[in-house]
Amino acid sequence: MRTAHALAAAVILFAAATAGAPPDRSIVLASTTSTQDSGLFDYLLPIVKQHTGITVRVVAQGTGQALETARRGDCDVVLVHARSEELKFVAEGGSLRRYPVMDNDFVLIGQKSDPAAIGGMNDAARAFRSIRDKKVLFISRGDRSGTNLAELSLWKAAGIDIAKDKGAWYESIGQGMGAALNMASARGAYVLSDRATWANFRNKADLRILVEGDKRMFNQYGVMLVNPVKHPNVKKALGQAFIEFLISPEGQQAIANYRIDGRQVFYPDANAPGA
Amino acid sequence: MSARGPADGLPIVFEDVEIRAGEVAILDKVSITIRAGAPTVLIGPNGSGKTTFLRAAMGLIAPSRGRIAWGGCGFQPPARRAILFQRPVMLRRSVAGNIDYALASAGVARAERAQRISELRALVGLAGFADRPARALSGGEQQRVALARVLARDPGILFLDEPTASLDPSATRAIEEVVRATAARGVKIVMATHDLGEARRVSGEIAFMHRGRIVETGAAGAFFANPVTDEARRFIAGDLLE
Amino acid sequence: MPENASALHLLLTSDPALREIVWLSLFVSLSATLFAALIGVPAGALIALTRFRGREPLIVLLNALMGLPPVVAGLVVFLALSRSGPLGSWGLLFTPQAMIIAQTVLVAPIIAALTRQTIEDLWMEYRDELTAMNVAPVRRAITLIADAQFSLVTALLAGFGRATAEVGAIIIVGGNIDGFTRTMTTAIALETSKGELPLAIGLGIVLMLVVFAINALAWGARRAGERLAG
Repeated sequence: MRTAHALAAAVILFAAATAGAPPDRSIVLASTTSTQDSGLFDYLLPIVKQHTGITVRVVAQGTGQALETARRGDCDVVLVHARSEELKFVAEGGSLRRYPVMDNDFVLIGQKSDPAAIGGMNDAARAFRSIRDKKVLFISRGDRSGTNLAELSLWKAAGIDIAKDKGAWYESIGQGMGAALNMASARGAYVLSDRATWANFRNKADLRILVEGDKRMFNQYGVMLVNPVKHPNVKKALGQAFIEFLISPEGQQAIANYRIDGRQVFYPDANAPGA
Repeated sequence: MSARGPADGLPIVFEDVEIRAGEVAILDKVSITIRAGAPTVLIGPNGSGKTTFLRAAMGLIAPSRGRIAWGGCGFQPPARRAILFQRPVMLRRSVAGNIDYALASAGVARAERAQRISELRALVGLAGFADRPARALSGGEQQRVALARVLARDPGILFLDEPTASLDPSATRAIEEVVRATAARGVKIVMATHDLGEARRVSGEIAFMHRGRIVETGAAGAFFANPVTDEARRFIAGDLLE
Repeated sequence: MPENASALHLLLTSDPALREIVWLSLFVSLSATLFAALIGVPAGALIALTRFRGREPLIVLLNALMGLPPVVAGLVVFLALSRSGPLGSWGLLFTPQAMIIAQTVLVAPIIAALTRQTIEDLWMEYRDELTAMNVAPVRRAITLIADAQFSLVTALLAGFGRATAEVGAIIIVGGNIDGFTRTMTTAIALETSKGELPLAIGLGIVLMLVVFAINALAWGARRAGERLAG
């Protein structure tokens, strides 16, 4: 009899939890760890809610995983930062259109002591060559995230075939940006980060920005509605409304207004040509 | 719990019953008929097969060879039978809970149980013990709970396996009195003991077992006065049989 | 959450975001333990009390599943609940219900395996008496579960402990969505990745306090019950 009561209670609880969500003005957004770890969403989503009434539920993953989530139809909208991957996703029919939203840049982080002596360089390729030559520990995200893809293209720009050239000094950790920064901090390694996550990171210790400003370290974010023809469950109207807000003047201004320690870290560019 | 006539399931007939554990014959070609009436008392040294005999008669183990029939021709033991094991296991419940469980398993309606529980507790001398956890009781007290439990089944045949083996004289006397009173109500008692004094006190029919065989049977008075076989004579004289 | 606030301070001052996280953690893990018990206890008792072909391998499998890695449980449930998976039309991925399902998958084998052992041990003890009392199989199982209830509480606590401690399964199927599927453990993982180590440790302490409180409650109930039932 006790079992029967427990069973009834369980069913009621489950039903209550299931029915708990009111007629749903929410969408699932697959995005990157950088947009979450930088604190942008904590700031931006309440504004979205206020303007559109839409609750955005963010699943923060690497760019590769976020696009995979979108491919499976497990989210409504995807916001990532790897232009070539995004264009590929649109080309294969994953989305009908990609909208540029904002950008910032990547920065090369390392210890104050800087054993590879790259501090102050503005040529990322040269800095990467120096790290490789001196075989100083480098932490790679290794998770097909936007940052990871940017890092791989920088090795390529430096004329280094990292798949062949890597040694014990190159560690691919398969984790998010924050985890990579924590590891670099703990082990005195170099690491490539997006500027926003770095700015919001609270365990900097002896880490600092050593290389920045190379135009190849540009970091572009794009947003896409998952193709509702492929995945009928996609909340087309709400998802599109969310995108429209992000690229609207109010949305763009809101992004521009986000500050970490008084500094702007994302630059709206929805209307920039070629973004 | 009134007196009644001969119970269902009697006589119990063993025909060439053999029960083996691997190579060893624990019961070796046992043939005996247990009839309604006075108690049947199995005596014999430890390891002579008394416990196995009781379990077989209760229907808990099937013979490897031979057959056992209840009520003359049926091969299903009767429902109204019960066994008091040598080391009864107390359920993890109170004294009343243990008796209640036995009543429920015998199909006694819920409404009648409270009344029966207090009757049974009074009968075995556990009046004040209703809510005590059964497993926290002494050995003698647990034996009484077990006795109340088997009586709760209102058996027509009651098997008792060394019911007083580990008890002191006063606890032994209390148990034996309940057994005698039960027998007087017409319940067929089949009891195993290695205690000759107890066998004399309970009286009735004696079956003497040795090495898995029933060596000698007879009315208690005649058996103790004039044992026929050498083994029985030596056992009664107090020799240590193996 | 403000960067320098300790999680304990937040809890004591009833920070709504943290309370929500604690509540969701408890809700998910307690629900999962409940469902796992509803599956695992009868299943464990059934395996303990019946003999069938393949029983021994099944027991070995159950015992092995006690060590099922949470990420594997999470991945299996993810693939099932994904829109592209067989149960995709339920639309449960990235919801608390998905997390309950994943933790149920994780915990049910633990409860079943421990129940099987407990019930089988008690059956060894009770077999003669219950057989002599002509107790029917289903009633036997109910009796054994009832009389083993205090040992089974330990099995449930083991399952609950596993559920509250894991992060691998719920982060995959829940997505760690702020204000919706974020639990104590996924919040700890997130704060760690943001480098908010003091906050992460504070959350860890809160988690341990909550788990300790629940264990203390269960222990107290068990002791009280044992004194009554023996």
